[in-house]
Amino acid sequence: MSEKLVQVEHLRQYFPGGGFGKHKKYIQAVDDVSFTIDRGETLGLVGESGCGKTTTGRTLLRLYEPTGGRFLYDNEVIFDVEKKQYAAMLPYRKKMQIVFQDPYASLDPRMTIGDIVGEAIDVHKIASNKQERYEIIIEMLRRVGLNSEHANRYPHEFSGGQRQRVGIARALAVKPEFIVCDEPISALDVSIQAQVINMFEDLQAEMGLTYLFIAHDLSAVKHISNRIGVMYLGRMVELADSYELITRPLHPYTKSLISAIPVADPKAARDSKRIVLEGDVPSPLNPPSGCRFRTRCPYADEQCAAQTPEWRELEKGHFAACHHIDKCN
Amino acid sequence: MSEYLVDIKNERLSFFTPAGEVKALNDVSIHMREGEVLGIVGESGSGKSVTAYSLMGLTAHPGKLIDGSLYFNGHQIETMSDKEMRKIRGNEVSIIFQDPMTSLNPVYTIGNQIMEAVFLHTDKNRAQAKERARELLELVGINEPEKRLRQYPHELSGGMRQRVMIAIALACEPKLLIADEPTTALDVTIQAQILELMMELKDKLGMAIIMITHDLGVVASMCERIAVMYAGKIVEYGTADDIFYSPKHEYTKGLIRSIPKLDTKEHERLVPIEGTPVDMLNPPAGCPFAPRCDSCMKICLREMPPVTHFGRVHYTQCWLNQKEEMEAKQEKGAANE
Repeated sequence: MSEKLVQVEHLRQYFPGGGFGKHKKYIQAVDDVSFTIDRGETLGLVGESGCGKTTTGRTLLRLYEPTGGRFLYDNEVIFDVEKKQYAAMLPYRKKMQIVFQDPYASLDPRMTIGDIVGEAIDVHKIASNKQERYEIIIEMLRRVGLNSEHANRYPHEFSGGQRQRVGIARALAVKPEFIVCDEPISALDVSIQAQVINMFEDLQAEMGLTYLFIAHDLSAVKHISNRIGVMYLGRMVELADSYELITRPLHPYTKSLISAIPVADPKAARDSKRIVLEGDVPSPLNPPSGCRFRTRCPYADEQCAAQTPEWRELEKGHFAACHHIDKCN
Repeated sequence: MSEYLVDIKNERLSFFTPAGEVKALNDVSIHMREGEVLGIVGESGSGKSVTAYSLMGLTAHPGKLIDGSLYFNGHQIETMSDKEMRKIRGNEVSIIFQDPMTSLNPVYTIGNQIMEAVFLHTDKNRAQAKERARELLELVGINEPEKRLRQYPHELSGGMRQRVMIAIALACEPKLLIADEPTTALDVTIQAQILELMMELKDKLGMAIIMITHDLGVVASMCERIAVMYAGKIVEYGTADDIFYSPKHEYTKGLIRSIPKLDTKEHERLVPIEGTPVDMLNPPAGCPFAPRCDSCMKICLREMPPVTHFGRVHYTQCWLNQKEEMEAKQEKGAANE
């Protein structure tokens, strides 16, 4: 049995969304999400924009204050909202890091690459002297495929792919165990995406990293992840082994998500019948009652409106939340 | 007159920036028949948008057409004045941009913006234009069109806004619709809706479409012909089947290899194209892809390869293909002797 590094239970994250007093409204960005990640594993998180996948990642790192739920890291409580336990984050920031989506916005334009990577080293007092600090910076840059002369340059001198490498080097500088990768490849060109994905895999093998890999591109997520969780409007709808999820999706939303991906194969594309979902994602300010997918689901009935479907393990390691699993398969 | 709807011949276009001349298009030739769907794929900066924009005369200062001829639907684009150009834009050729959030005007209602296009090119009166706008919204699958006409862009979702953009583009039933990454900013399920809609409309209205994208998946399902661009050149051109099943250029092969496959069980390592895209200010002397090419030969670094034809449609610009062709010829010659 492998060791569970990350255990998330009933995570909730609401943001105030206008209104006062008892009319105050909340955006239910993440609602009742539970999952675990084993040490050395990659869990992919996919979903459309606004489904709460980024919020999930950020809340785990306490970049937002969680509204509810519990997060155990390496069996230690990071936060438990019910029991009002909150760990001091600084030592954990050394173990958990994040790589942001937009390599153009996440690097300070007035800092050199060396200082950007070195900032974390200073905060955590990892290096005892300037020489050591420099050595760590160079080592990290080398790991992500940059070299020592890059340390004195500024972000604007780099291409998107190189900037994303700097973002990764910054995350690696404190030698973390767990990295939240928040859409790290979406802003990159196709030919560069593969380079960065390969680098993530190499770094994982070398440094024994654990990833929470957030993206909306299911094919990239499938490639890098051991297991994949699919989110819709703040809730997790399905979670399974990545090959299993792609080949035998159980939830109607996952099915339509997979069929909506344009395949780079003209013959297959001509033959395949796409399940095209009607309409748009409802607003998280006022989500539908019961199953949140019911407004776009072809199988929805009264039960879906009345009851929230339970998160069940349907087969070993294959979870889904839907009333009509039998009907849709 | 040309037998084609679009006939671009040997177009060279440069942007004269303070940092130097950027040769955005280098000897690009494209022709399309009526009702054809052409996909242009390539990375950012490969010139795929510029090719299409130049057809609409949207490459003003500091862009300059150096050489070549652009023919579209009976017009010789390069000789036309701005005033003449305005008559064509939105009438015979329309464009949908990538970002539906920024391409609609936030202070006018949807109805206003659709009617603007109708007023510009037809002599319909207000009531007729409004009726046309309502029709268009119905055509692009927007429910409650009456209500939507009075709404502002911020009241609609991304997918809806892109539908409105399409409605505006189709207001005068253009012969050619240029779609510049129309679904890049949208989610996959919405992307599927929009692509489906575009194909439906194409069949209904019989317009030609130029689909600009970096997503090979999108072109595979939509396009009959595909042009792969790299550093301002069409490096490979062919039918969808040619490009996906028998790619001849190393860049096309690399692109296809680097896409993660959905249906493989074993974990395969991705084969990326190494290196970074070309710096367009200082492009390499020979083939622009040579510095990233695994099979780069000496001649690749010195000279731009000529065109090699495979069959009627399919062609590439690559020395390797030239070499193969030469060898094939030699063998033939040897056999004849």
